[in-house]
Amino acid sequence: MIDKLGLIIKREYLAKVRNKSFIIMTILSPILIVGMIVLIAYLTKINDSEKRVISVLNESQFFKTEFKATESMSYVLFENISLQEAKDSTSSLGYYGLLHLPNKSQIEGVANASYLYTKDNPNTNITQRLEGVFQKKLRQKRLVDLGVSVEQFSAVEEPFEINLATFEGAKSVKGINEIKVWIGGLFGYAIMMFIIIYGTFVMRSVIEEKTSRIIEVIISSVKPFQLMLGKIIGTSLAGITQFVIWIISASLLLFLVVLFLDIDLGAMATENTMTRGNMNAVGQFPASPDSDMMLYAMEIMNIPWALLISSFLIYFILGYFIYSSIYASIGAAVDNETDTQQFVFPVILPLMLGIYVGFFSVFGNPHGPVAVGFSLFPLTSPIVMLMRLPGGIGEGGVPLWQFILSIVLLIMAFLAIVWLAAKIYRVGILMYGKRPTYRELFKWLRY
Amino acid sequence: MDNILVAKNVSKSYGDYTALSNISLEIPKNCIYGLLGPNGAGKTTFIRIINQITYQDSGEVLFNGSPLLPEHVSLIGYLPEERGLYKSMKVGEQALYLAQLKGLSKSEAKKRLKYWFERLDIGDWWNKKIQELSKGMAQKIQFIVTVLHEPQLLIFDEPFSGFDPINANIIKDEILLLKEKGTSIIFSTHRMESVEELCDHIALIHKSEKILDGKLSEIKKAYKNNIFNVGLEVAQEGEEFLKILEERYQILTSSFDPNEKQLDFTVQLPSNNTAKVLSDLSSKANVNRFEETIPSANDIFIQTVNNKENDR
Repeated sequence: MIDKLGLIIKREYLAKVRNKSFIIMTILSPILIVGMIVLIAYLTKINDSEKRVISVLNESQFFKTEFKATESMSYVLFENISLQEAKDSTSSLGYYGLLHLPNKSQIEGVANASYLYTKDNPNTNITQRLEGVFQKKLRQKRLVDLGVSVEQFSAVEEPFEINLATFEGAKSVKGINEIKVWIGGLFGYAIMMFIIIYGTFVMRSVIEEKTSRIIEVIISSVKPFQLMLGKIIGTSLAGITQFVIWIISASLLLFLVVLFLDIDLGAMATENTMTRGNMNAVGQFPASPDSDMMLYAMEIMNIPWALLISSFLIYFILGYFIYSSIYASIGAAVDNETDTQQFVFPVILPLMLGIYVGFFSVFGNPHGPVAVGFSLFPLTSPIVMLMRLPGGIGEGGVPLWQFILSIVLLIMAFLAIVWLAAKIYRVGILMYGKRPTYRELFKWLRY
Repeated sequence: MDNILVAKNVSKSYGDYTALSNISLEIPKNCIYGLLGPNGAGKTTFIRIINQITYQDSGEVLFNGSPLLPEHVSLIGYLPEERGLYKSMKVGEQALYLAQLKGLSKSEAKKRLKYWFERLDIGDWWNKKIQELSKGMAQKIQFIVTVLHEPQLLIFDEPFSGFDPINANIIKDEILLLKEKGTSIIFSTHRMESVEELCDHIALIHKSEKILDGKLSEIKKAYKNNIFNVGLEVAQEGEEFLKILEERYQILTSSFDPNEKQLDFTVQLPSNNTAKVLSDLSSKANVNRFEETIPSANDIFIQTVNNKENDR
């Protein structure tokens, strides 16, 4: 029995690995991914170097030196020309926009009557920056009205960051929870991608055996369940081979690209986090970045990697078997790939839900009711639980009972779903003709 | 132990649909057993039960006297009606794979494959892919794969479909040779022409029930209805002679060739008194043909099915 399973696994593996499109995908994907990264880095660089010029027609006496050039913006001051002339020259000079401040007796009046003229809808970064200038000026004026001097005002403006610590007294850093969820999410995302890609491969391989009519020849030698199992294992081994090749060649390529093209990936990363603003940006290091970097490194070292990786393997194997056996039964139920849509969608749905609900709710509160619910439900737990796990098990992390319950539920679901899928598979592979309905699939369970 | 396979009261249904009801069969060793019946009669279901692809709801199937076990699959070779091979796999590779699934070692499988490839004159196909071969060529591979592990029981479901007449003959000879070597063969078909040439025993399945089984020769004997084909060389006009005969016998059809003075007719005789009739006829004319019509398998098939229908 076992050596037959081995034969099936070997055949499925070789059939997959020798497949031309599989080979092309294996070679091309890392090149495409690294190419994308390089392209994004390049575009970001170009984007940065483009300076936007705003011309300012200032007829008021309240604003003078507030419009200071920054890395991405500069200002040109117009004087003694009409608004229409200013508009014309702004567009003829190719400037980004014209800011007009009319002459009013009150600063509020000036602010309310000011306009930004642009060719297209203006970039939000620019409007925000300009609004910032006005806001600061308005606040300052009101405080002056209340008797606060300009010097006192700039003293108030001191930036401040709160110090963070755990109950145990260890100093903690901002954004580390998000980093942890991202790390767990990466594992979860890998599981989802693996299931969708290689589950589809399993399904195709079942359909191929059905349409080529070899299936009856084979199941007169081996049990349908053995064939299904061998197919799933063989395909996943091919998938793991592909994944490993991808990871190794992509990191090698990336390394070479960084080395030879001198692209600053670090700068890219901070750029990204900066723009995320309200997400407690990781990149905005306070006063002493070095000591905080140390803290981040410490925190990442403190993630229970052994636990994370071993549970990744458990969730990966069980989750993959659950989903790929469903994919196999779908392949068995239909005659061709176009008929699979109706059945595949409900399968992908919980995976998507796992990823999206995971990112939203686990981000907000890793131990909230939604996060807990989804990390227990067997069809989403492989993704959501992995997002929660970098916080560890026990105090401050996932309660032990939840972890155990989630795995027990997953194993139970694994047994039940593989059993059901095998039944549908066994009947389906010998059924030709029209696409079955869900009702008929249910009937097959009793054959 | 004279039977390779015995089925006792085997029933199988799919939901509300009855595929087999209470089938009992005895398939003797070393013979070709024809499993006949119209499409959808239940033949394939029965064959799938023998191959342990599906299982009966009730009843028992004995292989060599013992209930079917998973090990038995390596003693059975099955050529399904719905058959095919992996399209993008090389011929030699997939023949090896299928042989190994039946329990042959790789080296043994290779040796036997070489023998068969040479025997059927297809040695140079080893590295071709199935999609490069014609349908008939693929059928040859399929046949080889079925018999390669030298099973005790071979099951052929419509083996000749997809073959041109020449290759069908080659395969027919191979099947007869396998029988000579001691293999028991189940031959399932709804085409009757090949049954006469090949089968020793037959069973007729109709609408999930067995309606007839036994030795083909005995069944034919039982289905004889005392109709004889007679040829006479007559001296006078055929018309007149026929009139004389019609007074005495129940003539069914007749024809007369005036040039040869040959009168042919078929006659229904009341009982087995051929000697009397023959002597009566030969006293009147020169009898050059006197033979009993033996019903063909096709006739038996149609007659039995119709009788069954009328009974309902």
